[in-house]
Amino acid sequence: MSETGTATIPSLTDRIVPVAVGGTPVAAGFLAAKGAGETAAFVLGEDAIVLAAEDGTTRRVAAHEGGILDVAFAEGRLVTGGDDGRVVATDPDGTATEIAADPKRRWIDRVAVARDGTVAWAAGKQVFATAAKGEPKTLDLPSSAGGLAFLPKGLRLAVAHYNGVSLWFPNAQAKPDVLEWKGSHIGVTVSPDGRFVVSTMQEPALHGWRLADGKHMRMQGYAVKVRAMSWTADGRGLATSGADTLVVWPFATKDGPMGQQPRLLAPSDSLVVAVACHPREAVAAVGWENGMVLLVRLDDGAEILAKPPGGGAVSALAWNAAGSRLAFGTEEGDAGLVAL
Amino acid sequence: MSDKIPVTVLTGYLGAGKTTLLNRILSEPHGKKYAVIVNEFGEIGIDNDLVVSADEEIFEMNNGCLCCTVRGDLVRIVRGLMRRRGKFDGIIVETTGLADPAPVAQTFFVDEDVGKAAKLDAVVTVADAKWLRDRLKDAPEAKNQIAFADVVLINKADLVGKDELLDVEAHVRAINPYAKLHRTERCAVPLDAVLGRNAFDLDRILDIEPAFLETDDEHDHHHGHDHGHEGHDHEGHDHHHHHDDHGHEHGHGGLKHFHDEHIQSFGIDTERPLNPDTFFPWIQKLVAEEGPKILRCKGILSFRDDPDRFVFQGVHMILDGDHQRPWQDDETRRSRLVFIGRDLPEAAIRAGFEACIA
Repeated sequence: MSETGTATIPSLTDRIVPVAVGGTPVAAGFLAAKGAGETAAFVLGEDAIVLAAEDGTTRRVAAHEGGILDVAFAEGRLVTGGDDGRVVATDPDGTATEIAADPKRRWIDRVAVARDGTVAWAAGKQVFATAAKGEPKTLDLPSSAGGLAFLPKGLRLAVAHYNGVSLWFPNAQAKPDVLEWKGSHIGVTVSPDGRFVVSTMQEPALHGWRLADGKHMRMQGYAVKVRAMSWTADGRGLATSGADTLVVWPFATKDGPMGQQPRLLAPSDSLVVAVACHPREAVAAVGWENGMVLLVRLDDGAEILAKPPGGGAVSALAWNAAGSRLAFGTEEGDAGLVAL
Repeated sequence: MSDKIPVTVLTGYLGAGKTTLLNRILSEPHGKKYAVIVNEFGEIGIDNDLVVSADEEIFEMNNGCLCCTVRGDLVRIVRGLMRRRGKFDGIIVETTGLADPAPVAQTFFVDEDVGKAAKLDAVVTVADAKWLRDRLKDAPEAKNQIAFADVVLINKADLVGKDELLDVEAHVRAINPYAKLHRTERCAVPLDAVLGRNAFDLDRILDIEPAFLETDDEHDHHHGHDHGHEGHDHEGHDHHHHHDDHGHEHGHGGLKHFHDEHIQSFGIDTERPLNPDTFFPWIQKLVAEEGPKILRCKGILSFRDDPDRFVFQGVHMILDGDHQRPWQDDETRRSRLVFIGRDLPEAAIRAGFEACIA
């Protein structure tokens, strides 16, 4: 794709419904309530969450007093961690519930939600997980948590930190298993089949482990830190930001990407900063530093323009569960919904 | 450049008065808001809306370079603070008394997110007039903090006599002649002396290099032995240079002048334009090979056929530079570099630079 290419590829830009969010969205997602339809949610960098109906009308929910540092969407609600030391869950009807408040008002740097609704969060060198009864479970780390991700089965949490990733069973007494790799790990994701753990690092690189035997995978060649990682609908690929193309690593075989090259799609003269794979089809929504959003077909690299450049770097990008609507936001506060 | 948030780093050995300075900065009626990053051992009772406690985490980068360390806690906190961009005008980082300033400074060059959002305005070091000389002998951190400084406050100046004060200042100058010095009592200093310095605009290098550094053959050259332990720098156990085992003291029209045994500094300048095709490979090779020895380097450069001033600065092996602004018509196009470091190969650096003149 070239700069002039956006004019010649198919476009969905006439289907954008703008949403006036009144801030910089740092994440987006969709909340579904049983029998009550679906609400788009734009999480702002500060204070509030903006819920948007299909026609773009909005409602502002005050969730935090201060910066919102991390967001996790799961099972019809969204959970945020703030620099006010609070962990807050927001429901589609706009009800915000405090799940925890750090007694020392430390920043809640990271949050994650498990399928059973367990919420985990990190404050400095401690990680917490809600328990069915009583006080949250606690894990002390040698360094700050860079990222949290629940494994798909069992209640097990991957925690990225300096020099590796710890795998913690909050409900067990056992010490966590540590996947070691030197360096600072600032984010983590687990493959949908639970076979691979992949971290993103302070250096522009990913590091992966095969859980069965701890075998290492180094994924390099990025221009900048990898901020966005999204598993493809079939779970056989990991689509990532951090380069001037969409980088998709193959995880189909038992060896994952070991000894294989990633697929490079949608080359551009801007950097990929946001990625959201379609939940059903082999398609990824790709957000660029120049504000453009493309839908990229993973089989053949065919592109559809979903949002033209402008408004600053894409800062939020998400599909609804059916894959029929896409929410986007940019650093300068542009936000919208695209119906397919 | 200009929309980057300026960051002031406060260093200084334990008890020198960092928190006093911080509270003074925050309580002055300057109409500005600061986000303050305090160290976890810092005193509580800082009266400010945005105070974050940092727990020093030094991370090595995986590029095989031992001196390319960053402060992981600062990466995380600055990124978090940017969620509230617009709510503050600057960031002040208070380090622990034992902190090495290098990873702090390097964080602002090495980390792409931090570098995009913020820029280092100045490293301000608070020194205790009474105890600094002792700390320079027994605490390598204290020496590094002086070497890294853009501004040094000689605090508690009221607790020592005038001669002693001159002697303290001479010791500071021996390590870092390029820092701006202020004598203070309870850190009382005009705020513009420590904030908004744009120290990395580097113009200061041209302004304030002290006269007593300039080559002058009329020096009354005597090697003072009045500080008998001066030479026992515990970082180096090199006793081959017997001469250097003692602080050299020169008389300079009343100013004392010491040489630190291991930390030196020097400046190079020329009015002849530089060749960028030889300069950049040279400086990159220099910091790659000698980076561990180079604590700070800075420069303003005039390149052949380039209407703009080029400014750069470095910490150890990391360099950061950019075109700054056009040279003015009434301005001498003069290139100027300074190096502060440990056992620097000065002659080789000078020769290497000479070869870059177009």
